[in-house]
Amino acid sequence: MLDARGLLCPMPVVMVQKELKKSAPAVLEILVDDKCAVENITRCAQTNGYEAAVQNRDGDMLVTLKKK
Amino acid sequence: MKKQNLLVILTGVAVGIAALALTALGNPANMGFCIACFERDTAGALGLHSAAKVQYLRPEILGLILGACVMALATKEFRAKSGSAPATRFFLGALVMIGALVFLGCPLRMVLRLGGGDLNALVGLAGFAAGIAVGALFLKKGFTLRRNYTAGRIEGSILPSVALLLVVLGLAVPAIFKASTEGPGAKHAPFLIALAIALVVGALAQRARLCMAGGIRDAILLKDCHLLYGGLAIFVTVLIGNLILGKFSLGFRSQPIAHSSELWNFLGMVIVGWGSVLLGGCPLRQLILAGEGSGDSAVTVFGMVLGAALAHNFNLAGSADSVNDAGEFVRGGISGAGKLVVGLAIAALLVISLLNSKKEAPEHA
Repeated sequence: MLDARGLLCPMPVVMVQKELKKSAPAVLEILVDDKCAVENITRCAQTNGYEAAVQNRDGDMLVTLKKK
Repeated sequence: MKKQNLLVILTGVAVGIAALALTALGNPANMGFCIACFERDTAGALGLHSAAKVQYLRPEILGLILGACVMALATKEFRAKSGSAPATRFFLGALVMIGALVFLGCPLRMVLRLGGGDLNALVGLAGFAAGIAVGALFLKKGFTLRRNYTAGRIEGSILPSVALLLVVLGLAVPAIFKASTEGPGAKHAPFLIALAIALVVGALAQRARLCMAGGIRDAILLKDCHLLYGGLAIFVTVLIGNLILGKFSLGFRSQPIAHSSELWNFLGMVIVGWGSVLLGGCPLRQLILAGEGSGDSAVTVFGMVLGAALAHNFNLAGSADSVNDAGEFVRGGISGAGKLVVGLAIAALLVISLLNSKKEAPEHA
């Protein structure tokens, strides 16, 4: 799981993009605390052939990316 | 069309219309909004510099912060956070402001100037994009100002509270603030109307995540053009508006509150683009983030206000093209001190970028 809490845009999505390019995981979970980051990660996921689901987790947001 | 794209385009159109309206109501030409100019004017109103022609408590700045704050509270996005390299952010804010005042405008005004036919802004745009590209390169190399952390509610409320206090004082006892009687500072839309327009724009910009630097940055870094649509929408709206209103004047020379010293237009905006990427957003975005509760962005705004004061106290800001008494064109530009500081600012950005870049594995929870 990537922990992108406390990181300002575009750092969370940059982290995600690096991870997707590096290992193309079937599933990737990212913990964020910023709605803007969720939106950016979701767009990045769609571009890279993933679908994104968001769950609240103790005030933060867990974004789960699954390869389509 | 995707919902997010539509929102950012509609926000861009609203910002363009708001800028045209504010100019028609009294703001300087091609300056419906300018975060740099208006923070500079506000710094002057507070007596932080003594340039008599650029002093006025600009309700646009206050309204943008408060509009974003109200929207963030309404959507439960207000979160008090801070602790991400505040001293570095303060310093970067000052540098970005000095760069913007060398060019004579923030990225938003750059787009408004382009929409008015000012081709010097095209040179500024080239510098802005170049600065963003350099900043993006460092982001790829691992640049970070580290994490922020959840803070007490008061930390996130400082700048919105200051903005609210200034609105109240500006309405109740305006005489306590310095106000220009001539020059750009003397040209302004009515206080309450400008405040109302800025509240709406601030709220929309918060929802759309509008950021002039973010558009180019994301296109370079992520091949995501989503935010670029906002800037394009502002440009097209202002262009059409100026053509209809007969305010469009294509050229380099004698454009309103602009100079045609192209090297310094370019380098000034290199500083703005590069610094904005390191900060995570353009000057407008910093105001919006401060409204959402970011103590780091509030510190950045304070840094920008200091930068504005320094720019005028030490004659670093650009001077506009003009026509002398004999009717001859006098090219504007920046002083020797301004040129030196531009060089030092670029060197400082390089040092900050290098020292905060590190190759690291992704941080797993």
